[in-house]
Amino acid sequence: MLRRAIPYIAVTAVAAVGAWVLFIGLPRWYQPKPVVETGAATPRPTGPERKITATLYFISEDGMSLTGAQREVPFGEPVVEQARRIVEAQLGAASEPLASAVPGGTTLRGIYVTEDCDAGGAACRRDAFVDLSPEARTRHTGGALNELFTIYAIVNVVTVNLPAISRVQILVDGNEVDTLAGHVDLRRPLEKNLTWVRTAKEG
Amino acid sequence: MSAAATLTAVLAVAPIGQLQAPPPYTVLSKEGRRPLAVRALGGHEMVALEDLARLFDLTVREDALAGGLTISTKTQTIALTPGQGLASVGGRMVSLPAPPTRDGNAWYLPLDFIPRALGPALGSRLDLRRPSRLIVAGEVRVPRVTARVEPQPGLARLTLTVAPATPHTISQEANRLLIRFVADALDATLPASPSPDLIQAIRAADTGVAIAIDLGPRYASVRSSEAPGDRGASQIVIDVLAATTGPAPTTAGPVSPSAPADPPPLLDPAPPGGLRTIVIDPGHGGDEHGARGPQGTAEKDVTLAVARRLKGAIEARLGARVLLTRDGDRTVGLDERAAVANNNKADLFISLHVNSSVRASVSGAEVFYLSLADYGDQAQQIAKAGREALPTFSGGTREIEVILWEMAQARYIEQSAVLAQHLEASLRERVPMSPRAIQQAPFRVLVGANMPAVLVEMAFISNPEQEKQLSGNAFQLSLVQAVVDGIVRFQDDPGGPAPAGQASSGAPN
Repeated sequence: MLRRAIPYIAVTAVAAVGAWVLFIGLPRWYQPKPVVETGAATPRPTGPERKITATLYFISEDGMSLTGAQREVPFGEPVVEQARRIVEAQLGAASEPLASAVPGGTTLRGIYVTEDCDAGGAACRRDAFVDLSPEARTRHTGGALNELFTIYAIVNVVTVNLPAISRVQILVDGNEVDTLAGHVDLRRPLEKNLTWVRTAKEG
Repeated sequence: MSAAATLTAVLAVAPIGQLQAPPPYTVLSKEGRRPLAVRALGGHEMVALEDLARLFDLTVREDALAGGLTISTKTQTIALTPGQGLASVGGRMVSLPAPPTRDGNAWYLPLDFIPRALGPALGSRLDLRRPSRLIVAGEVRVPRVTARVEPQPGLARLTLTVAPATPHTISQEANRLLIRFVADALDATLPASPSPDLIQAIRAADTGVAIAIDLGPRYASVRSSEAPGDRGASQIVIDVLAATTGPAPTTAGPVSPSAPADPPPLLDPAPPGGLRTIVIDPGHGGDEHGARGPQGTAEKDVTLAVARRLKGAIEARLGARVLLTRDGDRTVGLDERAAVANNNKADLFISLHVNSSVRASVSGAEVFYLSLADYGDQAQQIAKAGREALPTFSGGTREIEVILWEMAQARYIEQSAVLAQHLEASLRERVPMSPRAIQQAPFRVLVGANMPAVLVEMAFISNPEQEKQLSGNAFQLSLVQAVVDGIVRFQDDPGGPAPAGQASSGAPN
C-alpha cells in the first residue's frame, strides 16, 4: 500500500515544491530589492575627515569629449551613501579650463540602489537610480552632444568609481523621463560608456 | 551710374557722333552687384574711366604735358598713352583692342582693359563674360550654365551643363521646376524650348541664382540625374515625361492609335529595391525649441526649413514620396515621429537636428545611428534572430516576425549603419564635419523606427558662424544636396562601403 502511494506522494511533493518555486520563490528572487535610500534626512555616521579619490567627468577644453578629473570626495558607506557623495561632487562646479556637463542649479534629490541577484544569490546586478532636480531638464541648453555629455557624466561617475553598480537610470523630480532634452532614451538604466570620455588628461 | 557720367554720355553725341546705348554690364563681387555703363565708341564697347575709378578705388592722373594717363591702384601703376592701344602694367606691356579715347572731360577705355590691365594691377581676377554681360571680380562663384533641350519620343530632355560643378537643389512647385544653385550669380545661356507642350520656358529666377523651368500642359512627371562632365563641369539631365495619351480623352473608346509604342510611365516608379517612401523628421517643434544659437536662432525653425527643402529635393531627384513628421511649428512626441514612418511603411527615416556645445568653437555635422548596447541583451537577440517559429494548431510550425515595437530598430541596425556611412561621406563633400562624424547613441526617436533610421546633426548652432550659416540659403542647400546624395548612394549601394558597425564611434584621440 505504502509502496503504491510513494509515487503519488513524490509527485505531489514535487508539484508543491514546483508551485512554490513558480509562484513565490521566483517572483521573490527576481523582485528588485531596494537596499537603501539616502537623503539629507538620514545621513549615516561617517568619519569626518575620511576622503576617497574619485574620477569626476567634465567637458574638455575643446568641447569634444568628457575628461576625467580626480577629486577628493567624502567617504561614504554603504555603497549607496558613497554614490550620493560622488554624484553630489559631480554636480558641483568644474574648475577651469573644464566645464560642467550638468546644467547649473541641478541638485541631487535622492539616490537609490536596487539589487537583482540570480537564483543562488551568487551574482548580483546593482542599478543606481539618480533622482535629479527639475533644473536638469529646464535649464538644459539642448543639443544631442550636450545631452550625451550630461547623461554620461552621471552614468560614468557612478559606474566607474563604484564597480559594484553596473547601470544607472536618471530620474527627474522623482519621475522616470523619456529624455532630458529630446534625444537620449532615459526609460531604462544605461551602462557605463567611455566612448564619450577622453582619458588623456585623466589624473 | 552717376549723374556726371550720364552727362558726359549725352555730351559725347556731338564729337563722336556714334552713340548707341548698349545694355550695361554688371560687376559681381563679394560686395554685391553693381552696374557699369558702357558706350559704343568707334566700334568698340568702352567704359568711362571715372566709373572704373569709383568702382575699383583707383587714382587717375592726367599728364597734360606728355598727354599720358596714369592709373594707380594701391600697389601698381598702369600707364596709358592716348592714340595707342597699349597699356603698361607695372612695366609690362599689354595690348588693348582700342586706344583710350577722350570725350570732353572724360576718358573712355575699351572693356578688355578690365581683365587685361586692371585685373593684374589689382592682383585679383577680373573675368569679362560678354555673353552674359558680367564682370566677375575675385573669388565669386558664378558658374556658367548652358542649357540644351532635345525632344525625344514621349519626353523632352533638358541637359544643363554647369561649369564648374556647383551644388544645387531641384524642387517642384506646381507646374514649375526650380533648380537653385549655391552660387553668387549664374552665367546662364538659356535657349527657347522646342517642346513647349512639355517645357514651356526656361528662364532665370530667384534673383539670378536659380533656373526655373515652366512645365507644359502635356507633362506628367519629371525625373532628374546628375553626372560629372568634362573639365570639372557637371551635367544635370532632367527628363520631362509626357502623359501617355494626349489631352484627356472624353470617351471610353480605344486608346488613340497614335499612342507611342513604348509609352513612358506616368510616374517614375522606384527601381527594384528602390526607395518609395521616405520620412523626414524635423527635430523638436512647438513648445520644444531645441537648442538656441547666441543670436537666438531656434533649432526647431532650422530643422523645419531644411526638412521642407529636403522634401522637394528628394521628390524631384528620386520620385519618392516624402512625408514630414511635422509641417509646422507644433509639438510632436518622439513615439509619434517614429509612428509616422512605421504607419506609412517608410523605407527610410531621417531625423534632422542641430547640435549645441558649451564651447562656442565646436562646429561640424555628425550622423548618429542607434547603439543597441544600451538596450541590453534583448535588443541584441532581436537584431540577430529576427524570426521566431510558433507551433500551429495543425501541427508543425510557422515562422512569424516577433518584434517588440519599441525596439523595432534593432532589426535594421546594420542598414542604418550603412545609411549613416553614405550620409557622412556625402555631407563631408559639402559641409564641415565634426571630429566625431559618425556615432552611435541610444536615441529615443530612432529606437522605434521599423526601417533604416539615422539622426543628422547638421551643424553646431552654439557656434556663432554656424548659427549664421544655418539660417542662410547656401548652407541649407548644401545640406539638402548632401542628404539627397547620401540617400541616392544608399539606394545604389545598400550593402555599404564597409562592414556595418565599424563606425568611428570612439573618441577623436
